[in-house]
Amino acid sequence: MSDTEFPYLKDTEVVEVQRGPEPGGVKGAYRAFRESARGLKTTMGRLFEGPVTIQYPEEKTPVYPRFRGRHKLHRFEDTGLEKCVGCSLCAAACPADCIRVVAAENDPADRVSAGERYAAVYEINLARCIFCGYCEVACPFDAITMGHEYELADYNREDLVFTKEMLLAEPLERTPLRREGE
Amino acid sequence: MTPPIADATFAESAWVMVVKSLVIFAVIFAIVPVLTVIERKALGRFQARYGPNRIGPFGLMQPLADAIKLIGKEGYRPDNALAFLYPLGPALVVFSGVTVLAILPWGNVQEIGDGPVGLYGIDVSIGILYFFAFSAFAFYGLLLGGWASGSKYSFLGAMRSAAQLISYEISMGLALLGAIMMAGTLSLTGIVAAQDDVWYVIPQFLGFLIFMVAGFAEANRAPFDLPEADAELVAGYQTEYGGMRFGSFMLAEYLEMVVISGVAATFFLGGYMGPGPGWLDPIWLLVKTLCLVFVFFWVRATLPRLRYDQLMSLGWKVLLPLATLNVLVTAILVTVL
Repeated sequence: MSDTEFPYLKDTEVVEVQRGPEPGGVKGAYRAFRESARGLKTTMGRLFEGPVTIQYPEEKTPVYPRFRGRHKLHRFEDTGLEKCVGCSLCAAACPADCIRVVAAENDPADRVSAGERYAAVYEINLARCIFCGYCEVACPFDAITMGHEYELADYNREDLVFTKEMLLAEPLERTPLRREGE
Repeated sequence: MTPPIADATFAESAWVMVVKSLVIFAVIFAIVPVLTVIERKALGRFQARYGPNRIGPFGLMQPLADAIKLIGKEGYRPDNALAFLYPLGPALVVFSGVTVLAILPWGNVQEIGDGPVGLYGIDVSIGILYFFAFSAFAFYGLLLGGWASGSKYSFLGAMRSAAQLISYEISMGLALLGAIMMAGTLSLTGIVAAQDDVWYVIPQFLGFLIFMVAGFAEANRAPFDLPEADAELVAGYQTEYGGMRFGSFMLAEYLEMVVISGVAATFFLGGYMGPGPGWLDPIWLLVKTLCLVFVFFWVRATLPRLRYDQLMSLGWKVLLPLATLNVLVTAILVTVL
């Protein structure tokens, strides 16, 4: 590259234009037919690969294990007591302010949670939730985690306020999991 | 002078002719709607997706749903369309497709009932000229339809398709000329009979290629579907048509595809010839035709639409010289050998 052509540019910054072969002529016609044949081969390959479509309402899109879907509240598997002790740390961590916790003292005769107190009211307003997962991080007892459910549309905003019972219940249908690297 | 009806060594009664034409008509018209759904499913598979699969088993009832939708539409005619010519457009296009079906030989002369019956509509001695004469009618349909719609998009689309059809019909005719010279006859049954030892696709491979490429253009199929280039011309000559009139244009497109594939199979792939007894002949031609129709789908899934000047230069600068060369070389070889 000469300096006179681009005096304001360093030589290394000037890149030569790449031109394709000239169209037309016998060679051009041959190239056109060859490239068409190559394209036909490619599409035929797709035909044999088979469709990749996921038939959504019947088949569900698989999610990764760390996918942040609808929240779940957990119980201890052995005792069946709730893990949540109503500390409200999740509500404090929530940037969208969508969690409401009202704590109450445990009755020793009829314990609800393993700690001193339990969540008498635990509501998540999924219309506000941004699925950031901070509640999961804030929880000292791993009582709340983000599940895999993503079909959360509803007809009323009121129906999107999930109560403790709904969050504790197992989802009706499990979302398929996608393996790492798939 | 040879009589217009070729060397028919037997007379068929009138009712045999009627039954033959009805059967040909019914079979082809049953195939065309199936082709629409097969095309959409094939296109889907080519793009790694399913085609229509919601209506009926495997989506096979889709053409029925489409037809019901089209019939249910309002028979709308634009204010400035010409009342008489406007509906004539689609009618002419379908007419051209149907008439060409008559000369496709579906099989050799068979002994059915109490006499020989030729498994074709008519065997005209002018053979392939009949095909060109009547397939050119489609062009009148497009041009009239586009012009009578009273819309500039329709008109531009019609002009484009007119120019395209004229350009490609020449190459198409020249491509067949090689096969005609080798067979020494214009009659389609004669041409099939002449391919007894070797299919013409081998000695006439270039002719076959040119015929198929020109056939894509004749049927207004991708990559030459310029008349209906959605991006520039809305829908070309079909813009102002709705309901079953639009349906007729679509029907004619598929019909033309079947006809061109049938002619290509007859001229280059040995027509109705195949192993097995005589009554299998129509099946063989049908199989060969459908394979070629599949090539139409395959090409549509692969190649992008040509620009208008590219279309014209391909037609005049590539296909026409190649076809002429093919004819010349064939003529010399046929005379020398």
